[in-house]
Amino acid sequence: MQTILSSETGARSQNVLPEKRSITLTINGLVHKLELAPWTTLLDALREYLQLTGTKKGCDHGQCGACTVLVDGKRINSCLTLAVMKEGSEITTIEGLANENGLHPLQTAFIEHDAYQCGYCTPGQICSAIGMINEGHAKTLQDIRELMSGNICRCGAYSNIVDALQEVMKIDSNETV
Amino acid sequence: MNNFSYSRPEDLNSALGELTKREGAKFIAGGTNLLDLMKENIERPSHLIDINHLGLNTIEATADGGLRLGALVTNADTAYHENVVTHYPLLSQAILAGASAQLRNMATNGGNLFQRTRCYYFYDLATPCNKREPGSGCGALRGYNRIHAILGTSDQNSETACIATHPSDMCVALAALEAVVRVTGPAGERIIPFADFHRLPGNEPWRDNTINPGELVTAIDLPPKGFSTNFAYIKLRDRTSYAFALVSVAVALEIENNRILDARVALGGVAHKPWRKPEVEATLIGQPVSEANFQAVAEALIDGAKGYGHNTFKIELAKRAIVRALQQAAKLEPTA
Repeated sequence: MQTILSSETGARSQNVLPEKRSITLTINGLVHKLELAPWTTLLDALREYLQLTGTKKGCDHGQCGACTVLVDGKRINSCLTLAVMKEGSEITTIEGLANENGLHPLQTAFIEHDAYQCGYCTPGQICSAIGMINEGHAKTLQDIRELMSGNICRCGAYSNIVDALQEVMKIDSNETV
Repeated sequence: MNNFSYSRPEDLNSALGELTKREGAKFIAGGTNLLDLMKENIERPSHLIDINHLGLNTIEATADGGLRLGALVTNADTAYHENVVTHYPLLSQAILAGASAQLRNMATNGGNLFQRTRCYYFYDLATPCNKREPGSGCGALRGYNRIHAILGTSDQNSETACIATHPSDMCVALAALEAVVRVTGPAGERIIPFADFHRLPGNEPWRDNTINPGELVTAIDLPPKGFSTNFAYIKLRDRTSYAFALVSVAVALEIENNRILDARVALGGVAHKPWRKPEVEATLIGQPVSEANFQAVAEALIDGAKGYGHNTFKIELAKRAIVRALQQAAKLEPTA
């Protein structure tokens, strides 16, 4: 007779799914308790279980950057990490950037500079830009282009994205690169 | 992705014990390569052991004047670490030439060593691949092989053929710096010189490295000599950022009064492991810095290279990249 296995038992030889686990995620300052299978990515947890659909699924392989979120202030690809691995971390998504004073300065700058067309990559671009600013290594427009290369924009709004970042970062616009 | 169970041990011995105890279990750290391979059904672990809570996350000076890079320090934290930037700028530059900022924030030093090849046929389950499915053949040998190896390949026997490359930039610098990999496992702790960590495909292309089952990389040790004055990392690729190398070159030189005292040249994108020929590097020692000497070294390093059609351009590209990197490291103005 087959018995239900606990999550502590290997799954390969059994036709029984490992149990879902109770996990606690802190997202945009709110604590969420979820029952998730171990193979749920952080991206799928956000979109499918928490209805935080601002974070986008582009390639689902870490190649496009649409799923970029901040974990403890650092930008990562949420498609290439498991939700269960991020218990105890502070996660920030695009939904967590605006506050009672209005939009985040980067959100305002993206609107003013028309830094998107379809908008699908925009949440990832903005979260990535916040991560880049936190890292503190971008000093020039060339640095911005290099350090934002993990975010693809298929509409090709790159020049306006760089303009928006340049304004928020107060980088000299006379630089010719 | 297949279904799997998950655990998060808090100490090294528990992690090693779990790996031995559970058939089909794998360690996960940054997950940037493993989860991608799992989504492609190339890796199908029954259980993941999350090693992110074992410590191993510091960079510390060693007694001999070198630097110990914890296996779980991220690639980004390593590349921007003050001691690495100052004393091992070759390593810093190589790391920053790879992947994207997001991936470098996740990927760990230990994990970087275990990256699998980006050969299209390895990734495509509908095609043969001796690395993924031993004995099935090699799709790349007579297929589309622009990104593939030109040195140290296995191409004589269809059941062991493999012309895959190792994709890492970081490992090319670690090879040039002669780092040492510290591993621990059921038989205790041991150290593996970097040149012996990765392997050529030979008759077992499914084996990327010489680590034993049940072992875990705990740290990478850098020797005291960092070559922080005369070094270069040149990476050539199809776009200028966020792409794997077609050819990359790490050069580390020690120069006094225009004489070369020590020389290291490691190549990426051309073989199943970072490519070095210490006997060729030795011919530079005692020689003056000169383009003619660098050209001779480039010829000797690439000697025996073999193209497979789409990747034949790499032979000439690699020679020119070696000369350019040596010139840049020696601060010699390129003539072309």
